[in-house]
Amino acid sequence: MPGLDALPLPTVQQVIFVMIAGATVTGALITALAPNLFHNALGLVLTFFGVAGVYVLLEAEFLAVAQVLIYVGAIATLITFAIMLTRGMMFGRTSSTNRQMLPVAIISVLLFLVLMGLLIHINWPQVGAQLGDSEQMIADIGELFVTTYLVPFELMALMLLVALAGAILLARDN
Amino acid sequence: MVPLNWYLVLAAFVFCTGLYASLARRNAIAALMGIELMLNAVNINLVAFWRYGEHVERMEGQIFALFVIAIAAAEVAVGLALVISVYRSRRTVNLDELDLLQG
Amino acid sequence: MQYWGTTLTDFFTGLGLPHAAAVAIAFILGATVLAIFAPTLALGLIWITRKVISRIQDRIGPNRLGPYGLFQTVADAAKLLTKEDINPANADAVAYNLAPVLSVFGVIMSLAVMSFAPGIIGADLSVGVLYLVALGSLGILAALMAGWSSNNKYALLAGFRVIAQLLSYEIPMVLAMLLPVLLVGSMRLGTLSAFQSLEIAGFNIGLGWLVFMMPAAFLIYFISALAEGEQTPFDLLEAESELIAGFHIEYSGMKFAMFFLAQFLNSFFLGAIAVMLFLGGYQGPFVDQLPLLGVVYFLGKAMFVYVVIQWIKGTFPRVRIDQMMGFAWKVLTPAVLGLILWQMVAMKLPVSIWVQYGLILAGNLGALAIIVLLLQRHLVREEIRTKRAFEPKSLIGTMRPVQPSGD
Repeated sequence: MPGLDALPLPTVQQVIFVMIAGATVTGALITALAPNLFHNALGLVLTFFGVAGVYVLLEAEFLAVAQVLIYVGAIATLITFAIMLTRGMMFGRTSSTNRQMLPVAIISVLLFLVLMGLLIHINWPQVGAQLGDSEQMIADIGELFVTTYLVPFELMALMLLVALAGAILLARDN
Repeated sequence: MVPLNWYLVLAAFVFCTGLYASLARRNAIAALMGIELMLNAVNINLVAFWRYGEHVERMEGQIFALFVIAIAAAEVAVGLALVISVYRSRRTVNLDELDLLQG
Repeated sequence: MQYWGTTLTDFFTGLGLPHAAAVAIAFILGATVLAIFAPTLALGLIWITRKVISRIQDRIGPNRLGPYGLFQTVADAAKLLTKEDINPANADAVAYNLAPVLSVFGVIMSLAVMSFAPGIIGADLSVGVLYLVALGSLGILAALMAGWSSNNKYALLAGFRVIAQLLSYEIPMVLAMLLPVLLVGSMRLGTLSAFQSLEIAGFNIGLGWLVFMMPAAFLIYFISALAEGEQTPFDLLEAESELIAGFHIEYSGMKFAMFFLAQFLNSFFLGAIAVMLFLGGYQGPFVDQLPLLGVVYFLGKAMFVYVVIQWIKGTFPRVRIDQMMGFAWKVLTPAVLGLILWQMVAMKLPVSIWVQYGLILAGNLGALAIIVLLLQRHLVREEIRTKRAFEPKSLIGTMRPVQPSGD
């Protein structure tokens, strides 16, 4: 067969990427399209895991674990909690989308097509730089947080505190 | 290695589904989930650009992604608290029924 | 110290296999051993639990099948697997069937980073400790899914309790795990275990356990781990009398067996994590000369912690939910935050390393003393209040006629 050996064989990493991307895309589609709110949340969890897998492929292990810890452990749990608390809304006969559904769908698909057309045609780098020791990278992140990024880091801490207090105040039953 | 634009296309797809979910869904919690999807897409881009960039030792992409994660946590906490308090007073979390300000 | 994967790979390449195939075979072999190890371990754990609990309650326990009733759990497992598998009519099929799988998955995955002996560790991740914490969140998710999808109000109530309890106790647990990580300066579980050696005259007696330096951190971890593993006195999630076994009430047969397996393995692994972080891991006398001895030390210590957990299960009453939440937020979390602050200051002082260790120990003992004193005062006051409430004399003069309520 002519031309077959001219096709570049996918590497192991590329095969793994396609699998992870498949899971992420499936999760994202379930999140956006499934009518049942609880299934949306499960799809969201699948996406979070997929994104964590993407981080592992990008050799950002710390970020991958932080992603699972915060997104799956805290954010997805909170969302599920809210779904349970407002579960009266789930079994209504109204449709799960609003009036803007059609234009929004068209815009989203168009945006994706435009972005993809742009992204494919630009000559991006194919190979990343060599990384150092993964343990040293974690130490570097920690050090950067208290040196270069000290002010944003402290502001973030303050914001989390304010958000926490605000959330308690808002959700409290009086 | 995986070419950079594969990651970027994946992120673009997740972003667009998030956009759709946050604008077209009637339920407030579903819209919040759409915002989470968009934030995740941004994070994929940040980390991918960091990995394929020239200064990997500066860790900018990872640190920005961590900031985004923290902000997402705060956003979800406040957003869900709002949803729950709205549900308590109006017995609905459908965004198009919350039109008190519509005069 | 040689990594087990390298040894196996060298062995297979010696047989004439290409390198990639040798690596693949070595890792598949390792994963298979761990995957078989987990259910076998669970059978043993269930037998130990039943024996220990029955001895505490002055019974004999299983004694019919095999020596000391050793095969009773095997028979029980066979019974569970052949039972009818019931799906509730209005259950959410996807979540209902996924929840038990997810709960077992989350628990068994933690085997991947357990350091059994020098060099015998599935994958010495640079984020090992954090990885274990992240897996814990899968358990929360599984319980939540089970509670929601069963379409049963008791299961749902238990689901709410799961979130409240596990998220609250995750905070002191993670912060307590941070203390050894801070001291060692690494999240690799292999490095953490290797750090806890103690050399006397050039000979490693393997007793440099961190629990001797940070007893308060160990206690905080252990108490939080009891809550995370849903063990007495924090087993409100399955409180038979109120919630009729909690979130897995609707499950039967195989799926119930998976929750059961996950729970027993989880409490064992939480003990094993305590061993790796605080009780020296595989360290013990002669472990440098004979690395495989480390497996014996590690499993022995983990089993000891497990028996202590069962001992607590047999002797403690269940706490009330407000007491439980109050304890996590008002006692454990401030204490462990104080410990972290103290340890960071101590480690930055310009003194010799042994003085720093001494300061950390002093801080831990101080924290323990403060906690015990405060708890004692609180409990004494609580006791007086309860006594007053129930003493007939003190009620005279304060009694009011009962107001008829609206409903």
